[in-house]
Amino acid sequence: MTLLLDVDGWSGHRAGQHVDVRLTAEDGYQAQRSYSIASAPDAGMLELTVERIDDGEVSPYLTGDVRAGDQFELRGPVGGYFVWDPDVRGDVLLVGGGSGVVPLMAMARQRAADGDDVPTRLLYSARSWDVVIYRDELQRLTGNGFEPSFTLTRERPDGWTGYTGRVDDALLEQVVPGEPAATFVCGPTPFVEAVAAALVRRGHAPERIKTERFGPTGG
Amino acid sequence: MPIVSRGFKGSRRDEGPPDRVPPGQYLTNDFPVLSAGPTPQTRLADWDFTITGEIDELKRWSWDEFRALPSETFTVDIHCVTKWSKLDTDWEGVALDALFDGVDTEAEYMTAYCDGGYTTNLPLADVLDGKAWIAFGYDDEPLDPEHGGPARLLVPHLYFWKSAKWVRGLRLTSTDEPGFWESNGYHLYGDPWREQRYWGD
Amino acid sequence: MDGLRLDGNAAAGLLQDIFGMDVTVADGTCDGCGATEALGAVHVYLAAGTVLRCPHCESVLMSVVRSERRLWVDVRGVRSLELRTP
Repeated sequence: MTLLLDVDGWSGHRAGQHVDVRLTAEDGYQAQRSYSIASAPDAGMLELTVERIDDGEVSPYLTGDVRAGDQFELRGPVGGYFVWDPDVRGDVLLVGGGSGVVPLMAMARQRAADGDDVPTRLLYSARSWDVVIYRDELQRLTGNGFEPSFTLTRERPDGWTGYTGRVDDALLEQVVPGEPAATFVCGPTPFVEAVAAALVRRGHAPERIKTERFGPTGG
Repeated sequence: MPIVSRGFKGSRRDEGPPDRVPPGQYLTNDFPVLSAGPTPQTRLADWDFTITGEIDELKRWSWDEFRALPSETFTVDIHCVTKWSKLDTDWEGVALDALFDGVDTEAEYMTAYCDGGYTTNLPLADVLDGKAWIAFGYDDEPLDPEHGGPARLLVPHLYFWKSAKWVRGLRLTSTDEPGFWESNGYHLYGDPWREQRYWGD
Repeated sequence: MDGLRLDGNAAAGLLQDIFGMDVTVADGTCDGCGATEALGAVHVYLAAGTVLRCPHCESVLMSVVRSERRLWVDVRGVRSLELRTP
């Protein structure tokens, strides 16, 4: 579910950053969650992609009850560590698990908007094809050095020709031939740590791998 | 003034019966896991529990010796400073009274220390006379590592940060020495009925 | 491996409130083991407060507790923090 926000006084962001959203109920109760910004820096309105967690406190409201004109508070953009570097020299690898693909999508969008042709591979791991987001757009962005790949871990549609199973040493062997100049890994903690460890085992320098772990409430 | 978001209600917050649920708390059906650090992986063969500090003779129990002490099952309400309360939780453990049986001390306070480095401080009087246990079982099962297993301190009448997970011993002291959270904002004593969450409360 | 473990990105907003700038790119030197990492790469645990730990030795780098109107910050675990001024 994508939300488009018109933010007063927004001064721009870098692809990869997030915002902290705070909701206040009429009785004063507050809840706060972090969401990665999905839009590229010059996109105009701010775009957040929120995954609905059925027994969640905030996401059912943001993906179900919210209406045009509703308001909430935002802190951000936040984070300068996990951001796209337009001056990167060499290949880039983006590895996303589930909703971890959101900040990576912002990066892919910025890259396209800049007309950048730096070889960039996105490896997107999801349970099934049904839950893969940005499908059409990723197809459209393919080319000019951008190559998305998908690995489905639980179910495959008939005739699936993409990868299957978790992102492990064997999959990385197929997908990542050399060592990229920059790698970004994002998703739930177990995913991020398994992927980062596998990359380091393959000899990738840890300082060229940037990670962003999402907690159980998404991000 | 924060902006109120139309229609946002948050999860259903049940304040529960006021004689059981302290002010500012909400009932939960889950058992939230909050940790200040990684879950330790101490093997039982390496585990021991010691009472040190202002005591004539250091006392130490291996896991087997600890489990040979008289233990009991008990049901208590617990209250976390992050506002959730859980009523009628079932535990199994050794009362601190059993560990202090025969211990001679003038100390009035203690600091619990744990695998991973966590500490919390309490007046000794708050863990004796049936007020506290070293718990090794929850809900008829061995205590899960994420909830403090193999054993945690359990002091239900104070905020749950005092019920130190992965406890390995107590150091008896003559002064009240702030532990991990008490050193950085949380109340030295932590009585949920007087809402003693932070310094100065 | 701890499913509850996050990283400095999760504390970025809070740290920005404290330092008035983004410190996820600042390099912190651990007082426990001497390792230096960008704060964005350190381990973060969200408990009764926010705890930042060294990803190499798990010593506490920083601990932050927040009440409605007060904020307590313990940075004893950071021997030195290198920030870049704009």
